[in-house]
Amino acid sequence: MAAVQDGQLNLEVEKDIKTEITNDGSGNINANSSSPGSTSSGGKSKSPAGSGEDQQTLLAVLQFLKRNKLTESVDILRREAGLSADADDSPVSESAGAGSGGVPSVGADGGDANSLLSRVSIATPVAPPATAPPKVVAASGGEDQPDVNVVLSAYSQQGDPVLYPLYYNGLKKFIESVLDCHRAELSQVFYPLFVHMYLELVYNNHENEAKQFFEKFSGDQECYYEEDLRILSSMSKKEHMKGNETMLDFRTSKFVLRISRDSYQLLKRHLQERQNNQIWNIIQEHLYIDIFDGMPRSKSQIDAMSGSLAGEGKRDANKAKVFYGLLKEPEIEVPLDDEDEEAENEEGKPKKKKPKKDSMGSKSKKQDPNAPQQTRIPLPELKDSDKLDKIMNMKEATKKIRLGPDNLPSICFYSFLNAYQGLTAVDFTDDSSLIAGGFADSTVRVWSVTPKKLRRVKSAADLSNIDKESDDVLERIMDEKTASESKILYGHSGPVYGISFSPDRNYLLSSSEDGTVRLWSLQTFTCLVGYKGHNYPVWDTQFSPYGYYFISGGHDRVARLWATDHYQPLRMFAGHLADITCTLFHPNSNYVATGSADRTIRLWDVLTGNCVRILTGHKGPIHSLAFSPNGKFMASGATDGRVLLWDVGHGLMVGELKGHTDTIYALKFSRDGEILASGSMDNTVKLWDTLKAFDDVELDDFTAATGHIHLPENSQELLLGTYMTKSTPVIHLHFTRRNLLLAAGAYNP
Amino acid sequence: MAEERRPKQCTVVLPTESMKAMAESIGVGQLQEESCAALSEEVSYRIKEIAQDALKFMHHGKRRKLTTSDIDHALKLKNVEPLYGFQSQEFIPFRFASGGGRELHFYEEKEVDLSDIINTPLPRVPLDVSLKAPKEQQKAESTEPLKVVKPGQEEEGSIQKGQGAISAEAKGKKEGLMRMKPRSTHELSVEQQLYYKEITEACVGSCEAKRAEALQSIATDPGLYQMLPRFSTFISEGVRVNVVQNNLALLIYLMRMVKALMDNPTLYLEKYLHELIPAVVTCIVSKQLCLRPDVDNHWALRDFAARLMAQSCKTFSTTTNNIQSRITKTFTKSWLDEKTQWTTRYGCIAGLSELGPDVIKTLILPRLTVEGARIKAVSEGPVVSNIDKIGADHVQSLLLKHCASVIAKTRPLPDNMEQYRADYGYLGPTLCSHVVKARAQAALQAQQVNRTTLTITQPRPTLTVSQSGIGGSGGSRSPSIIKVPSSLTLMSTRPGTPTQPSPPATKYIVMATSAGASSTQQVITLSSSSGSSVTSTVASATSTLQPLVKLESRGAGGLGGSRPLQKYIVVSLPTSASSSLESKSGMLPPSSSSTSPISLEAGMKMDRSDSPGASTQSPH
Repeated sequence: MAAVQDGQLNLEVEKDIKTEITNDGSGNINANSSSPGSTSSGGKSKSPAGSGEDQQTLLAVLQFLKRNKLTESVDILRREAGLSADADDSPVSESAGAGSGGVPSVGADGGDANSLLSRVSIATPVAPPATAPPKVVAASGGEDQPDVNVVLSAYSQQGDPVLYPLYYNGLKKFIESVLDCHRAELSQVFYPLFVHMYLELVYNNHENEAKQFFEKFSGDQECYYEEDLRILSSMSKKEHMKGNETMLDFRTSKFVLRISRDSYQLLKRHLQERQNNQIWNIIQEHLYIDIFDGMPRSKSQIDAMSGSLAGEGKRDANKAKVFYGLLKEPEIEVPLDDEDEEAENEEGKPKKKKPKKDSMGSKSKKQDPNAPQQTRIPLPELKDSDKLDKIMNMKEATKKIRLGPDNLPSICFYSFLNAYQGLTAVDFTDDSSLIAGGFADSTVRVWSVTPKKLRRVKSAADLSNIDKESDDVLERIMDEKTASESKILYGHSGPVYGISFSPDRNYLLSSSEDGTVRLWSLQTFTCLVGYKGHNYPVWDTQFSPYGYYFISGGHDRVARLWATDHYQPLRMFAGHLADITCTLFHPNSNYVATGSADRTIRLWDVLTGNCVRILTGHKGPIHSLAFSPNGKFMASGATDGRVLLWDVGHGLMVGELKGHTDTIYALKFSRDGEILASGSMDNTVKLWDTLKAFDDVELDDFTAATGHIHLPENSQELLLGTYMTKSTPVIHLHFTRRNLLLAAGAYNP
Repeated sequence: MAEERRPKQCTVVLPTESMKAMAESIGVGQLQEESCAALSEEVSYRIKEIAQDALKFMHHGKRRKLTTSDIDHALKLKNVEPLYGFQSQEFIPFRFASGGGRELHFYEEKEVDLSDIINTPLPRVPLDVSLKAPKEQQKAESTEPLKVVKPGQEEEGSIQKGQGAISAEAKGKKEGLMRMKPRSTHELSVEQQLYYKEITEACVGSCEAKRAEALQSIATDPGLYQMLPRFSTFISEGVRVNVVQNNLALLIYLMRMVKALMDNPTLYLEKYLHELIPAVVTCIVSKQLCLRPDVDNHWALRDFAARLMAQSCKTFSTTTNNIQSRITKTFTKSWLDEKTQWTTRYGCIAGLSELGPDVIKTLILPRLTVEGARIKAVSEGPVVSNIDKIGADHVQSLLLKHCASVIAKTRPLPDNMEQYRADYGYLGPTLCSHVVKARAQAALQAQQVNRTTLTITQPRPTLTVSQSGIGGSGGSRSPSIIKVPSSLTLMSTRPGTPTQPSPPATKYIVMATSAGASSTQQVITLSSSSGSSVTSTVASATSTLQPLVKLESRGAGGLGGSRPLQKYIVVSLPTSASSSLESKSGMLPPSSSSTSPISLEAGMKMDRSDSPGASTQSPH
C-alpha cells in the first residue's frame, strides 16, 4: 500500500524506466540486508528518482549499508554510482549506462545479487510453512541463488527487440502446454507481460518492433482489457509516454496476480530452464505475484476477479477489520406509539406492528459486535428538527411495505423534459420531498415534488420585523412571494456532475467540472461555500448519512473528506490509479467507498485515512455504488453493464448480476435490503433479489481466507423484473421510506 | 474521432498531406516530408488522447453522444485553450483550387447580408427544463403504499407512457394496463378552463340573461367535447347535492344544462349517460324536490325532466344498453308500489307518458281504474293532508292530459260518459270530456305538424299553458318546453327600460307581482331552434295588483322598442284565472293578438304571496 501511494504521489518525478531500475536495485539491497518489513523502505527509496536527488539518496543508502557492515555492497554501489555519475549527465543516458554498467558489478558478487531478487522473494513464501498466508518477508535467498545469472543477462539482452516476440511466444507455448488446471492461472501473466514488453520496446525507441509486437499479440489479450490496449496502441513513441496517465499507472504500480504455489513453481521452473531472462526480469520488476497455497483457481474464478488496471487487489489489502455494523440510533422518546397505533389501525393491519416494534427495539438496545464505537468519529449532535425528522421517518417506516420476490415495489419515474441532453446528476432527499438536478449548463435546479412550495427566507431587514416569540415564527420567516415549485442555483462554471442533499434537507452539495464543490443553502437558495481543492473536474460528491461530513472525488484521483465548516479537507484518500468516478459513505459514516476508472473499488477508513479494502472484478469504470441498509454488503455497477455484490466484512465478491447492456448509473437497495434496483443507460430499471443472492453464498473459512469465491451462475434467477422506459436513461434511483421506488432521468427524444 | 473498434490501428495516423495542407493554410510553405510524418504522428496521438478524455466527460455527462463541449473540457484538462466555435457544416473547411501552375487552398466564406440576419425573426426560445411524474402515482405515494402487483411476464410488462415516463406501476401486463388506461388525464387549456368556469357559473348564477347565453353556447358550440366529462360530472354532482338540499331552482338550471348538452349536435353523450340519467331520473321521481312541496311548482321540473328522459331514450337506447326498457321498468315498478308517494307517482307517470302513445296505451290505460280509485280516495275521502290532495290533483290532470290524446286517437266514437266510467272508473267522465275536447282540437289543428308545449302548473287550479308553435314566428319549430316554476330567477328591472341584449333564444317572461311593493319578474328561456329571438325586457307595472299577461309580437313598439323581436310576456296576478285572461286581452297590443302563438287553455294563476320565489332565491 505504502509503495503504491508513494508511487502515486511522485508520478511526476518518475519518468524513467532505467533510473528506476537502478534505484530499485539499490533499494532492494538496502531492504534485503536490513530487516523484514522492507517493502516500504524499498518503495520509499525508489521515489526520489530524479537525477538531482540521486546523489543524496545514494549517500544515504551507503551510510545505511556501512552501519550494517555490508562492505561489499558498499563497494559495489560506490563503483556503480560513480561510474554512472561520471559517464553521463542526462538522466536518460545515465540510466542506460547504469543498466549496462551494473551488469559486471552486481555479477561480481553473488550474495548481493540476491538482493535483486528480493522483489520476487517478497512474493515467494519462503517463510516457515506454518504461516500459510505469505506475509511479506525478505527472502532468505538460498534457493534463489542460481537466478543471479538470469537476472544479469536480462540487462544485456534488453537491447535486442527482435527477440521479444520470440520470448513471448515461447511463454505462450509453454502455458498452452501445461496442465489445464494451471493454464488459467498462468494465463494471467500474459497481459501484464505484454504491456510491459510493449512499453519497453516503445521506450527503447524500437518503434516498428513495438508495432509489430502489438499487432501480433494484442488479439490474445482478454477482451476486458480492450480499453487499455486502445490507449496503449496510440502510444507509439517515447515522447508519448511523458505525461500519459495510463503509462504512468503501469510504471508506478505493480500488477498484482494471484497464483497458486504449484502454478508459480511451474512457471518459475520453466523460465529458469529456458533461461528466459527477459520475461523473468519483467515479472520481478513489474509484477506482484501473490502466492497462495491450495488448489489453483479456475478460469471463471480468475475472470471474476481480474480486470482492473493494476490486477487484483492484494489479499493483505483486504485483511483489515472493517466495522460494518450500524451505529446505535439515539433513543428518542416520542408519543409515537399512540399515533402509530391509530395509523396502523386505520390501515387495518395492526398485527404487523408488534413484531416490528420489538425487533426495532431490541436492535437499538443491543450493540452490534461489528459496529464501530459510537464515538469512533465525532458526529454532529442531533438537533430538534433532526429528531422530528427521525420520528417522521419511524412513522413512515411502520407503513413501509415489505418487499420480496412476490411483492415488488411500484416504480414512479420522474422524467426531466426539455433537458437537451444536459442532465448530469440527480438526487432525492431521504423523505422524497425534494429532487435536485445538476445540469451541463452549470445550473443546479431544485424541485419540490410535494404540494409544498419552495420558499426563501426573508431578507435580513424583513426578518428583524418579525415577532420572534410567536409560535409560527418558522412560518413567518419564509417569504411567501418567493414560493415556487422549483428554484435554480447559479454559481458553477462547468457541468455539475455530482449532487447530494444533506440528510436534514437544509443543504445541497454540488460538484462540478470547474473543480469546486459548492454547498448551497435550501433556506436562502444561495451558495454558502465553495470548497476548492480539486483542481480538476470533481465527478462526485456525497453527504455523510449523519450530515456534516462529505466526500468528493474526481479526475485528480484523490478522494477528499470535508466537513462543511472547514474550507480545507480533513482527509485525502490517495491510491486510485485513475479518476474517482463515484463516492459513497457507509451507512455508519465511518467508511467511505470510492469507485474509480481504474476498475477498482476502495473502501477507506475515515478515522485513519487508510485504504481497508480493494475490490476488483469490474471490467470497466465504476459509476455507481450502493451499500445495503445493514452496512454489510455493497453493490457496484460499471460501464460493463454488470452489477457486482460485495461482502464488506470479508472483502469478497459474493455475486454478479448480469443483464444490463450499458453503463449502470444508479443502484439502490430497498429500505429493508431485500431488493436491489439498478438503473442503466440502456433505459431500463431492473430489480434483483438480493436476499437470495446473499443467502446463496456459503462462506466457509477457506473461501473467507483465500477469497476464492465460486460465484453462483444464477443471476437470471435473481432478476425479478425489467422495466423499460421509452427513451429515458435511468440515472438515479431512490426508495422512499415506504419502499416505493422513484427513478429519474432525462427524456431523450 | 480516431476511436475505432479494435486496437489494431496503432498505425492509423493522419496522412502527411493533411499536415501539408494545414501548414499551408497557416502560411508555412515548404514543409519537409520527415517533419510532416513526425507531425502527423504526434498530432494523431494527441487527438486520440483528447478524444479519450472527451469520452470520459461524455460518460459523466450520462450521454451517448460525444459533444463539442466534451472536447473543450478535455482540452481544458490538458491546460490547452479550448476551441472557440466548431464548424460542423462542412467536412473540410477549405477549398482547393488550382490554375496557372499554382495550387491554392482557401476558405469558402459566403457573403452574408447583415440586414438579413437582423431581420430574421428570432428563433423560439427553447423550453425550460421541467419535471414530470405520473400524477396518479404521486398521489398514491402520498396516501398509501401502492398495491403491489404480481411479477410474471415482467419483461413485457413495461409500459411506455407519453413523454417517456415509465409507469412502473405496471408489473403484470393485465393489471398494469387496465389501471393505466382510464387514468389518462385530458388537461384543459387555460382558455377552456376559463370558459368552463364562466359557463358553469352562468348556468347556475342569478343572471337569467347570462344563463341564456351560456345555455345557448352549450347547445351550439362545436368544441366542447373535451369539457363534456366535466360538465357531466358537474351536473350529476350538482343534482346530488341540490336534491338533498331541496334546491328546486338549481335543479331546474341543471336540467336545462342537460337539455342544452343534448341539443348540441357535436356532442355525443352516450359515454356520459351513466352520470346524466341518474341525475335526470332523480329530478323526475324524487320524493321531494323543493322546500315547500305544497306551494312550489316542482311538477314542472318533473315534466321537463321526463321529457329529457324520453328524448335521451329516443336518441341513445340501443339493443345493447336497453335504456328505454330499463327506464320503463324502473318507472313502472315504483308506480305500482302502493306506498309510493304522490310526487313520485306523478314523476313515474310523467316519465312513462312522455315515452310515447304506445307506452301510454300499454302501461297507463290499463291502470287508469286503479289510479282513479286512488285519486278518489284522496279527493273525496276524509281530508288527509293538503300535500296529498295537491299531488292527487296533479296526477289526475296529468293522466287526463296524456290519456285523452291517446284515447282520442285509438278509441272509436262515440264518447259516452257512462261507457267511459265503466272503462276507466272514477276518472271516466272527466276523461270523456277531455277526449271530446282533444278530438275537436285535433280536427282543428290537424294541419299543424309541430307542437310546442308550455306547461305551467300551479298548485291550486290547473294551469296549463300549452303553446302551439306556428308559422307566426317562423317555420318549423322543434318542440320546446318550458317549465315555469314560480320560483325562477327573480329580477327586478327598472320599469320601462329595455336593457337586455338579445340572445338568440326565445324567451318567455313570466312576471309575478307580489302583493308588496317590489316587483319581480321571471324569465324563462326557451331554447328553440327557431331563428326568432326575443328579448325579454320587462318593465313591470311595479306594484300594481293588476294581473297582466302580455304577449308582444315582433315589431311592437311597446316595450322592446323597434327591435325585430318577438316577446311573450306573461305577467300573472294573484287572482283567478279569468282575471288574468281578461287582463291579457286588455293589455295585448292589437297587432300581436292575431299572431299570438300562445293559446291559454287554462287559467293562469300565480300565488298571491310571491314567497316561493323569495325562498328559492336564497341560494344565489
